[in-house]
Amino acid sequence: MSKARGLADLGNAYDDGALSNRNLIINGAMQVAQRGTSFTGLTNGGSDYTLDRWRWSEGGSPSFVTDVTQDTSAPDGFASSYKIAVTTAASSLGANHSLRLMTRLEGQDLQQTAFGTSSAKNLTLSFWVKSNKTGTYIAWFYNGDADRHISKAYTVDVADTWEYKTLTIDGDTVSGFTNDNGVSIQLEFVLAAGSDFTSGTLATTWQAQVTANRYVGNVNLADSTSNYWQITGVQLEVGDTATPFEHRSYGDELARCQRYYYRIDGGAAAFCRASTSALFNTSTSIRAVFQHPVYMRAVPTLGNTAMSTFDIEPFDQAPSNFASNTGTVRQSEINVTSPTARTVGFAAALTIDDANGYIEWDAEI
Amino acid sequence: MNQMNILNAVYQQRDGSNTSIKTTIDGQELSVPMDPANRHYAEIMRQVEAGTLTIQDAD
Repeated sequence: MSKARGLADLGNAYDDGALSNRNLIINGAMQVAQRGTSFTGLTNGGSDYTLDRWRWSEGGSPSFVTDVTQDTSAPDGFASSYKIAVTTAASSLGANHSLRLMTRLEGQDLQQTAFGTSSAKNLTLSFWVKSNKTGTYIAWFYNGDADRHISKAYTVDVADTWEYKTLTIDGDTVSGFTNDNGVSIQLEFVLAAGSDFTSGTLATTWQAQVTANRYVGNVNLADSTSNYWQITGVQLEVGDTATPFEHRSYGDELARCQRYYYRIDGGAAAFCRASTSALFNTSTSIRAVFQHPVYMRAVPTLGNTAMSTFDIEPFDQAPSNFASNTGTVRQSEINVTSPTARTVGFAAALTIDDANGYIEWDAEI
Repeated sequence: MNQMNILNAVYQQRDGSNTSIKTTIDGQELSVPMDPANRHYAEIMRQVEAGTLTIQDAD
């Protein structure tokens, strides 16, 4: 990109009201991976968050199997990419089979688009993509508040080469986004799709959602175990022009991700004081309070490893149960069951006593 | 949207009131707060209303 063109693009971005904080996508550079950097054997029609804010998803119950990794292959200026590799192939797809990578955006973060008004602004999606499989792929935008969609096709032109793609999406004057913390835009990168999704006419303008019009013309990435697809530098911004990727610090990106998910783990030291405060509320029940690092999107779900990976200190004893999860978007309290009766009012701490142990809080959309 | 596989849903109580639901979702045991904005709770209630899931009372 020439300097003059870059300045012009930034000027356009300014006119659209977005010179900073332009990128609506969180973790577009695939830096943050709190759940791990490798997810293997993904199959059976599952749907799981992998790298932060990015959800791998299969539709139907296809026979193909994929691995997901945070990969170090990336275009200049990026350190990481999201890689999906096929490990068990399916040369043909069932009608309801699909393979997609998606992220979801809150409606309260999209009000500047003016969707649903005569002033609706266009959006521009840009990203870097690499695959051995050339051909047509679909990026699908779904307005979950109004059950409307639009699909944009792009092509991987050269195998095994990072390519920069930009797609401009018309503003939708018909339907806007609810101003709340629910999902309003679901963006999907489609990698395989059966005839249920491809038998119609591609929805190249905003329209009522019709399944058959979603992914028309998409290649079948799952047809060979040689196949892979990688992406990074994903940016969605208001306006007609793709501006340079808005790099954010790791700490900034991590905090944005923690609105949706965070994990406390034992780490290499295999010892972590998980709870900041706890006490015996009854002789066998400890209330352990966790202050979340940022306000979460919703009251979060608690996940955890086996009780044997935790200790109640200073008694060096594993709890027998996490009996309840009570909280708000700011803090949560776990009611920890002690296998041994103690004096009510005793102070205690819940610790993670295993390198593989963790507590996780999930407020994903 | 893919449907979550939800099994063994049981209410959890704090001070005698239901505050969360312990359940296994897609093979992972989770404690789900009763917040309509929580995606797990929303799906639990969708399946309850569809008649395909029952939440057991706390012990």
